[in-house]
Parts: sequence; C-alpha cells; structure tokens
Amino acid sequence: MKARANLGWTVAGIVAAVLLAALWAAPLLWALSTALRPELETVSSEFHWLPRHWTLDAFARTLAAGNVLRWLFNSFLVALLVTVATMAISLLAAYAFSQLRFRGRTILFGAAMLAFLLPFEALLVPLFRTMNQLGLINTYAGIVLPQVVSPVAVYVFKQFFDEIPADFREAALMDGAGPLRVLWSVYLPISGNIVWAMAIVTFIAAWNNFLWPFIIVTSNDMMTIPLGLTQTYDAFGVRYAQLMAAALLGALPVALAYIAFQRRVTQGFLAASGLKG
Amino acid sequence: MKPNDLILRGARREGLPATLLLAPFVIAFLLFFLVPAGITFWMSLTESSLTRTNAFVGLANYATLASDPSFWDSVLNTFYFALLTVVPLTVLGLVMALLVDHFVKARAWLQGVFFLPFVLPISVMTLIADWMLQPSSGVINHILGGQRPWLADPHWALPAVAIGTVWWTVGFNMLLFLAGLRNIPADLYEAAALDGARGFTLFRSITWPALRPVATTALILQIIASLKVFGQTYILTSGGPFNTTRVTLHYMVETAFTQSDAGYAAAIAMAFVAIVILLSLLQAWIAKSLAGRTA
Repeated sequence: MKARANLGWTVAGIVAAVLLAALWAAPLLWALSTALRPELETVSSEFHWLPRHWTLDAFARTLAAGNVLRWLFNSFLVALLVTVATMAISLLAAYAFSQLRFRGRTILFGAAMLAFLLPFEALLVPLFRTMNQLGLINTYAGIVLPQVVSPVAVYVFKQFFDEIPADFREAALMDGAGPLRVLWSVYLPISGNIVWAMAIVTFIAAWNNFLWPFIIVTSNDMMTIPLGLTQTYDAFGVRYAQLMAAALLGALPVALAYIAFQRRVTQGFLAASGLKG
Repeated sequence: MKPNDLILRGARREGLPATLLLAPFVIAFLLFFLVPAGITFWMSLTESSLTRTNAFVGLANYATLASDPSFWDSVLNTFYFALLTVVPLTVLGLVMALLVDHFVKARAWLQGVFFLPFVLPISVMTLIADWMLQPSSGVINHILGGQRPWLADPHWALPAVAIGTVWWTVGFNMLLFLAGLRNIPADLYEAAALDGARGFTLFRSITWPALRPVATTALILQIIASLKVFGQTYILTSGGPFNTTRVTLHYMVETAFTQSDAGYAAAIAMAFVAIVILLSLLQAWIAKSLAGRTA
C-alpha cells in the first residue's frame, strides 16, 4: 500500500519533470532548428522538425547584414560601465551606512530605501528631459547614468557589512587606517562572494534593460541588443531563419555567462530579492 | 552591533569621511531618482510638452484621467495580464522548485533549463514567440491545427503574451521557492517520516508551512512585476489588436513620447504608482490576516 503510493508520486514527479523540461527547452531548440535551415524552408508548406539542409547561412547573413555585432558591443560596454559604477558607488555608500556614525544616517538610508516603492517607470519623462537638456540622448553616458542608482545593491552590501564583527574594523583603525583603506583591505576581501554575485546580476540586468535604452536611444548605431533585436524586422524583412539566428546571437552571451557562473547568479538574484542565497 | 568606546569617540570625526563616501551615491540618487520623482509629481499638475512646461493647471490632468476610457481600459488590460500571469507563475515556480529539489541527480540540468530563459533579453523571447505563433508557418498552429492569428486575435493576444511571459520569467520564482526549500531542516522530514507521514501529507504538514513566507514574498514581487508589464506587449502586439493589449505603462509612454502630452503622462504615472503601492499593501495585508487565522 505504502510502497504503491510512493511509487505513484515518483512516477508523477518524473512525468512532470520531463514534460516541463521539454516545454521549457523547446522554444530555444526550435529557434536553433529554424536558424540552421535555408530561408526557403521556413516558408515551405511542408513541415519538418529538423532542417532538411543544415546550413549556417542565416548566421552568416545576420552577422553581415544587420548591426548585430555593433549592438552586442554596445550592450557589453553599457553593462560593464553600469556594473563597475554601481558596485563602486554602492560599496562606498553601504560602508558609510553600515560602519560610520554621522548625523542624518537613518533618514538618508530610509529615503534611499523609498526607491523600492517607486518604480523606475514613473521617472521616464523627467529623466528623458534632463538627459535631453544635458545633450545625452543617443550617448553611452545617457544610457548608463540613470542605471547606476541601485538601492538594492546598497541594501544588500549594508546587510552584509553589518554582520562582519566590529573587531575587524577596530584592529585596522588602531593601525591608523582611513575608511577607504579599511573598506578596501578589510571589508572587500571578506565580501568577495556577495560582491561578485551582485556584480553578475547587475551586469545581466543592464544587458537586458529594454525600457530605458528604448526611451533614450533613437539611432540604430547606439542601440543595445534587446532594443536592436526589435529592429530586425526592418533590417531583414520577415526572414525567420535570420531572425532566429539574431535572437540566438543576442541570447548567447548572457546564456554563457549564466552557465559559467550559475551559482553566483543564483546567489545574486536571491540576495537582490531580500532572501539569503 | 553594540556601540563601543571606539565608535563613540569616532562619532564626530566620521562626519567628513561619511560625506565623502556617500557623495557619489547621494548625488546620483538625487539626480536620477529623487528630483525626477518630484518633477513627475509637479508635472502632473501642469500642462506640459515633452520638452517644455507651459502652465500650472492644478488637478485638471487627474480630472481628465478619472473619466478617460482609454486610461481605464489600459488599467483593465494590465489587471487582466496580472490575473493571467501571477497564479501560473507562482504555482509553476513552486512545482519546478519541488522537482529540482527532489530529483538530485538531474538537479543542475533541471534548474538550468527552467532558469535560463529568465537571463535572456526580452526581445529574444518576443522574436521566438512571434515566430512560433505565426498563423501559417508557426509551430503552434502546426501542432494544434488551424491558422489562428494568435497575436492579431482580440481574445488570444493577451493570453498569448502571458504564456510567453510565464516561459520567460518563471525561473525567478522557482529560485525563490528553492531557497525556501533549502532552509527546511532535513531532520524535520525524518521525524515526520518516522511518524508515518509521506507524500502529500509531508508536503502539507512540513513543506508548505515552511514555504509560506517565501510564497508571500514571491506573490508580492510577482504582482508588482506583472503590473509593470510593457516590453512584451509593446514589442509583440504594439498594444493591438484594437488596444486589447495596451497596458497602463504603454499608454503612459505613448502619451508622453508620441502625443508629447507630458503633463498628462505624469498624471498617469502617479496613478500607476498609487495602484502598484495600494495593491502590494492589500496583498500583504491579506497574506498577514490569512496567516493569523491559521496560526
């Protein structure tokens, strides 16, 4: 009786796991199968799950025709700048909030945390105006700057610093080290894991950001990959092998980053959601 | 941490270093968050174009908003999208987490397959969805038969976008539930198993109570994320057919950047923020009172 009930659950679990995994892998596999066939096969009335003639033609044409490489480069540069700036700014602020005593600390930290409540989307119009007045439309600075304010990163780093025993800091202070030095040589080395995790998550988020580049970029040459991929219908026409090749090229860098850093990505997203990883 | 002598002595000296360390964050926060937030509120009380503020009009924009059918349609579309996504995303996230947690040998693969779409750019999802949903050559119609133009069908467009969104983002919810599962001590299960509990009983008596706080967090985050939908519908359907997929953020962006009616767009933004905050508070309150009743 008992054994049968357990077996039932196990079988149901295996069926569910296989079914869901297949459903979740299918779209990307289907995109790959489409991208590896000649354009004619995608509009043929005969249906085939796999290409009848395997070819890298669609990838070659995509790389040659559109701006895909340029968009990938833009995304990489933007994501890198956003990540470095966000990490630097947030670490400095988090150290001050966590370890230094100064007037207005609680109020300032509270104000920064207000940002959790207010969606970025509500700031689009004034931000666009400011950037317009500063002449930053269609510039890297214009894309990067509004993305470097990350109350989440400040919060996560402050929580982490709060847990580090005070003795560490006191020992360094006795030696006459200044705050920057203490942060750099005492706090950062212990925080390596969480800093990496947050950095990778920030990078992926900046790489994938659609809304802000959509507002601030109008020139094709300045587009990041999420925005540029929406322009591919204009660039290629309705050529699905090429469109799927473009989609996969846009997916590849973040997919590889995720596979390479799976555990840190997981840890970073969990920390950013307020749960510990 | 307890205050101690060293820190107390340092209290005055630390004002200057604190200012210097905080300066970059505070400046960026003011320039790119607090000031724009204030301006949004101010603009909502004015008649403004995208580049110029013309006249103070008091609450006129809000009065217009209250009786603007396009706005309320966009709110209804947003709620409908939230309805279509929140429950499947939460339930599937939980099921996937249980599967990943249970099948130890396949764990890395399963987790990877479920989570990978979440790290992909939105337009990768929309390009693939658009291709799969093509009326004549799409794989979905090949499997189901027929030639339904999913994204051009007023009844199916938003559900189709919702399904694409579930595929794209469920991995994040799975991750939240997985973290919750990892925090349940193994000896709890062992003790319950000794008492003869298994299968669904184990889930109901140990797993679910332990996961409840995570489920609450996941629900709140999911409701907010679903209300903020914009890119999926904008790219896949441009708000059509017949505005059936034009959500509130889309209406705001269109009002500001296409109609150049920035004052009115700011009022839409303020109303949107109010809706998001009210719904998260309501949801938190419901979760709290439900937890209180069963505890």
